Amino acid sequence: MSVTIDDVKYMANLARLQLSEDEAASLVRDMNDILGYMELLEQVDTSDIPPLEHVSDTGAGFRPDKAHPPLDHEEALKNAPDADSDYFRVPRVID
Amino acid sequence: MLESGELTVPDLVAGYISRIEQDNPDINAFTQWHKEESLERAHHIQRKIENGSAGPLAGVVLGVKEVFCQKGFPATCASKMLASYEAVYDATVVERLLAGDAIIIGRLNMDEFAMGSSNENSMYGPVRNPRNTSRVPGGSSGGSAAAVAAGMCHASLGSDTGGSVRQPASFCGVVGLKPSYGRVSRHGLIAYASSFDSVGAFGSTVHDASVILKAIAGRDDMDATSSTEPVPDYPALLDEVRPDITIGIPKEYFGDGLDPVIRDRVMLVAEKMEAKGAKLVDIRLPNLKYAIAAYYVLATAEASSNLARFDGIRYGHRADMKAVRARLKAEEAELTADGAADLSGLDTPMIRLYKQSRTEGFGPEVKRRIMLGTYVLSAGYYEAYYGKAQRIRRLIKQDFEQAFSKVDVIISPTAPTTAFELGSKVNDPLQMYLNDIYTISANLAGICGISIPAGDHSSDGMPIGVQFMANAFREPELLNAARLAEMVCGESADASSP
Repeated sequence: MSVTIDDVKYMANLARLQLSEDEAASLVRDMNDILGYMELLEQVDTSDIPPLEHVSDTGAGFRPDKAHPPLDHEEALKNAPDADSDYFRVPRVID
Repeated sequence: MLESGELTVPDLVAGYISRIEQDNPDINAFTQWHKEESLERAHHIQRKIENGSAGPLAGVVLGVKEVFCQKGFPATCASKMLASYEAVYDATVVERLLAGDAIIIGRLNMDEFAMGSSNENSMYGPVRNPRNTSRVPGGSSGGSAAAVAAGMCHASLGSDTGGSVRQPASFCGVVGLKPSYGRVSRHGLIAYASSFDSVGAFGSTVHDASVILKAIAGRDDMDATSSTEPVPDYPALLDEVRPDITIGIPKEYFGDGLDPVIRDRVMLVAEKMEAKGAKLVDIRLPNLKYAIAAYYVLATAEASSNLARFDGIRYGHRADMKAVRARLKAEEAELTADGAADLSGLDTPMIRLYKQSRTEGFGPEVKRRIMLGTYVLSAGYYEAYYGKAQRIRRLIKQDFEQAFSKVDVIISPTAPTTAFELGSKVNDPLQMYLNDIYTISANLAGICGISIPAGDHSSDGMPIGVQFMANAFREPELLNAARLAEMVCGESADASSP
């Protein structure tokens, strides 16, 4: 299994990244190196082994459904790259 | 000294500030320090000491890794993506340290989004090892380790997802503690790989690390994975060190790729502990060789998902919209000039804004891990990579469970080498990943681990770290063994050869 430049561009679109040709080329190399190393995993027979999803088996538990004061508008919008007094401002979605 | 009044908290803080001002330009451990705020708080805590109302951490001066939120201060993760981000709430660990009357003197450099093993992936530039500034401090909590090693603060907070506390502790010659998964709340720790991320502590001694752990551990309603297990009084348990413990020596941790000087040093520490009454037992952890591959499948998958939140809309870096629109117009013109009427491949302005913002905000290692994670989760590859790695994660956990049915703790090297030269591995990401071989399996299994300094390497003079691991929530056994090792290392006349 080897990664091509087209695979990298396809993945970049899924990951919402806009790669330059240079970046894409060096990712082809790195990803083939790293994914090649990961083929080591194929040596292990895991047919009877269930996947491990959580390291702790205690479960999440319950807590009272109690409301806490939320962030106020000013704080919530403080880090926005663009906002007015009430909302985040985003580019027009519909032309 | 604080109790007798010989030294005051403001004196202490002023001392650390002047050390930072003098040495930080060479080390680059702190990204910023809060001189006025810290001195003001020091006076306040001094008054509390004098009137008997001070908390358990009064007089403790800490640095905090840029990955933690502290209300009113930047939390950048050393990334351009969060360069102008200012936290609007305190991480639970920060809140607990402050409630105990600790002083947080400043914020610490790190690998971008905690991804790295050398602290060379940072928008602030690399951190340098205080012992030798041409060498790396380790990563990703390189700033946290270097700051303690350079005497810029008593202790510090880091995060450990695959070894990011223990490996830099080893490289810088300090103590680095990674608690069990769920022992410490992750609320306010900016996520990298949520099923692995643990908050850890650095200090000069095992006792220092145990004091910080006691303050930050315990259930938090803001983190559903935080445990309700009671929190023992870790520092008090160290008053009486038990030497009659069983120590496992895993063959797999002493094989190819390990510097023989480090191997001999770790074995020497084990033998000295045996002389005090410990029992040494050979154990097997046969699936160790799959740990790095399994980790980088699972952790990059989780990272690609966690970092999807950075879209330049609610916070973080946003690309210039005018430039994005101009670029799209040019691409459209190019397509129509070719006579192609099909513009379906062209991004909408919104999608392109996400892409451009993320591309400008993230550094190369972060992009690499997002891409790997996207790949292993994508249709057709999911079971071959992600599903497979989850199954191997279970095998690794089972190996440890079996081992801990026979032994109290496991001893091993923390890293296969001492701190390497800056720039020596940046162009080979796989070599950089392989450096995590001895630390990564503790994160896969969710158990606890600690690295303690065991003298210096005979040829390069850099610190060597010894790692102990104990089963989940067995921090008392872990700290006991680490303290015993610290005692036997300190007993030798020449600290460089315990």
